[in-house]
Amino acid sequence: MKITLHIWRQPSSQVKGSFQTYHLENVSSHMSFLEMLDVLNEQLVSRHEEPVAFDHDCREGICGACGMMINGQPHGPENETTTCQLHMRRFRDGDEIWIEPWRANAFPVIRDLVVDRSAFDRIMQAGGYTSVNTGNAPDANANMIPKRNADLAFDAATCIGCGACVAACKNASAMLFVSAKVSQFALLPQGAPERSIRVQSMVAQMDQEGFGGCSNTNECEAACPAGISVKNIARLNREFLSATLTSEE
Amino acid sequence: MSQLQSKIPDGPISEKWTRHKNNLKLIAPSNKRKYDIIVVGTGLAGAAAAASLGELGYNVKAFCYQDSARRAHSIAAQGGINAAKNYPNDGDSVWRLFYDTVKGGDFRSREANVYRLAEVSSNIIDQCVAQGVPFARDYGGLLANRTFGGTQVSRTFYARGQTGQQLLLGAYSALMRQVNKGKVKVLSRREMLDLVCVDGVARGIVARNLATGEMERHSAHAVLLCTGGYGNVYYLSTNAMGCNVTAAWRCYKRGAFFANPCFTQIHPTCIPVHGTYQSKLTLMSESLRNDGRVWVPRNKDDKRAPEQIPEAERDYYLERRYPAFGNMVPRDIASRAAKERCDAGYGVGETGMSVYLDFNRAIQEQGKAAIEAKYGNLFHMYKKITDEDCYRVPMKIYPAVHYTMGGLWVDYNLQSTIPGLFVLGEANFSDHGANRLGASALMQGLADGYFVAPYTVGDHLATHKLEKIPTDHPAFNEVAQETDGKLKNLLSIQGERSVDSFHRELGGVMWDYCGMARNASGLQTAIERIQKIRWEFWENVRVTGSGEQLNMELEKAGRVADFLEFGELLARDALAREESCGGHFREEHQTEDNDARRDDEHFSHVAAWEYRSPDADPIRHQEELHFENVKLTTRSYK
Repeated sequence: MKITLHIWRQPSSQVKGSFQTYHLENVSSHMSFLEMLDVLNEQLVSRHEEPVAFDHDCREGICGACGMMINGQPHGPENETTTCQLHMRRFRDGDEIWIEPWRANAFPVIRDLVVDRSAFDRIMQAGGYTSVNTGNAPDANANMIPKRNADLAFDAATCIGCGACVAACKNASAMLFVSAKVSQFALLPQGAPERSIRVQSMVAQMDQEGFGGCSNTNECEAACPAGISVKNIARLNREFLSATLTSEE
Repeated sequence: MSQLQSKIPDGPISEKWTRHKNNLKLIAPSNKRKYDIIVVGTGLAGAAAAASLGELGYNVKAFCYQDSARRAHSIAAQGGINAAKNYPNDGDSVWRLFYDTVKGGDFRSREANVYRLAEVSSNIIDQCVAQGVPFARDYGGLLANRTFGGTQVSRTFYARGQTGQQLLLGAYSALMRQVNKGKVKVLSRREMLDLVCVDGVARGIVARNLATGEMERHSAHAVLLCTGGYGNVYYLSTNAMGCNVTAAWRCYKRGAFFANPCFTQIHPTCIPVHGTYQSKLTLMSESLRNDGRVWVPRNKDDKRAPEQIPEAERDYYLERRYPAFGNMVPRDIASRAAKERCDAGYGVGETGMSVYLDFNRAIQEQGKAAIEAKYGNLFHMYKKITDEDCYRVPMKIYPAVHYTMGGLWVDYNLQSTIPGLFVLGEANFSDHGANRLGASALMQGLADGYFVAPYTVGDHLATHKLEKIPTDHPAFNEVAQETDGKLKNLLSIQGERSVDSFHRELGGVMWDYCGMARNASGLQTAIERIQKIRWEFWENVRVTGSGEQLNMELEKAGRVADFLEFGELLARDALAREESCGGHFREEHQTEDNDARRDDEHFSHVAAWEYRSPDADPIRHQEELHFENVKLTTRSYK
């Protein structure tokens, strides 16, 4: 099939960007979206032009590296699917596709479709862990965990940290990302000792990074390739409220 | 062979590690802060080591080429992690895990290392649970287990089909905690381009900041390489796109020996290749073989849809050939059996290069919900890629390059032949012999990172006098200049072919001649072809852009340039190993049933290659393997 692409090109964060238009022929419906971009890049190189820069690595939908706005939707039109797992069979001959980087103040553009998501790492540094050193852990079966809690914690823990939730939100809020980590630990006994301080530190860091407040529109859940539920945001709010009310500081 | 001192401690195998730990020198807590340690790579081995060393008080710098430490390719491991917990009460023990791993590796690994691995396996599970890793649990709240290939017990812990993700996020969390404490600095979007040695000891690295193009120098008292495997030399593999051999290859060229590069694992259950534009292959976890049955039609020209082929006209060839282990034979055996059927003309699918993995019976017996709970995300991924629903029709699968058992040679302390350079995880060669069993890679990465390196690195620091080296030291100047020259060279060629086109061509040669079956004349051909591709690369590659910016073409070019040298070493190693064992199958050495014929008399050794110069052939050294605890037998899964 034939596809027309309008891609955001920006040489660096210092330079203004703009859309460039490219025409691709002989796109196979079996190709993944990124393989389609590979083909474009191969053509650009053969014309001695610079290829489109985009982050990607595992191409299995798990590393969270890839991500772009495709026709205004983070990761494109397919539900619970990362950009690398999106396939061209989802498009039709003659389609025009607009591709942009994540748009959020907290995610500055580095080049073309590549953005800086280190704000997520800094939120994790603020409290996304249990404070146990290597070597002094009790036997793994010493704590019994109700299966339901273990499963809910797992569902929250599957967040891949891609940033689609932020890109989808009109406030560029990181609530879904933060709530997933806070929920995972709030549901497990291992997270209990630092339950209060964790939620307060992570939320404070989230605010400091310049992410907006929750828009309550659930766009984040709709865009999330890992299927993280907004119920986690409700849990985050409960955790935060309870931590604030019972804070001893 | 005096260069290869394996430093295996004395004593009975079950006491070696304990005794060794008692003999290792320590550094006092207050002195640890005087030492700087570089960890390259933030996968399971790297993140675990960096976090653990930070906890101990060392100053750690951790490097990764991805934009975040959480994205290292360990994250894609699906099935699980082995541990000798014996929670299911089915007779497992440290000994059995040790024995299964040595046997699974076709008796080409070091006994002492493998025993240590089995010994610390239980601690890993404890550690991960304490970190909040949400492993699968039973209704009673205790941890669940499943079976993996090459074993007859259930010792695999798992988190649905995303075990690697959960373990890596656990290690990443521990790492983030140390960053917060100021003990670890993570330098992401950095690629190590060379190793700096002073007086023959590893003392630092030169790295490129991939976002800005800036060349950076980092000095340290020890360097830990945790940079994964070299599967991408085949172009198509289950590795992430960025996985590469560059860091290991640079160290090889600085004096670290490269061991057993021909031991590559071709995983039996991957989604088959579908087009020339294809960029990577996707694994379907081995755990699927617990419930899936592998088959092809009994008749060659049977073109009917799978559900229309009656039971009697199907050939469940693994169950037929290996009744004891059935569909759960180790990976090398399952892969070769699939290739054998397809080569004989029984393959299915458009290309005839795939076999069925069928869940019909399991769904009938256990119900769709039970199968969905176990493998839901894998079925979902399969549907996204192929547009087929394998609750209804069988999966089509074919083997693909997945893991590399070979790697830099290390002694019992995980130290390479360059003092101060330690190699952990898939990047080293030590634990899996000629074939790795499923769910053992995660175990090894974490064992090396959490429980081995923190002890042995301390011993190196305590027993050497290591002055601080400034980054304007002549050794740094020399290496930085060389690296810079190479990048400038790549940019200046301005030829006509893209980097990817060379990589694809190299991958084709590797797959055709150094894949699941190898022979002497094919390997000779491969060596000649690789040399030719390499020559053309340096004449005719086109690298667009400049070195002073984010330039992914330049990144790829550097990696492919190293693969073009490394591929030749892999072929040389395969040529020199005149036997079949594990993932290395030489057609000249097989039984009448097409099984591997090992030659213990001549090849019960590790081959470790020493680099000399661009014009001189490398030297093959041998480390003899001594089996004092397990008896060498012909591996049988029948």
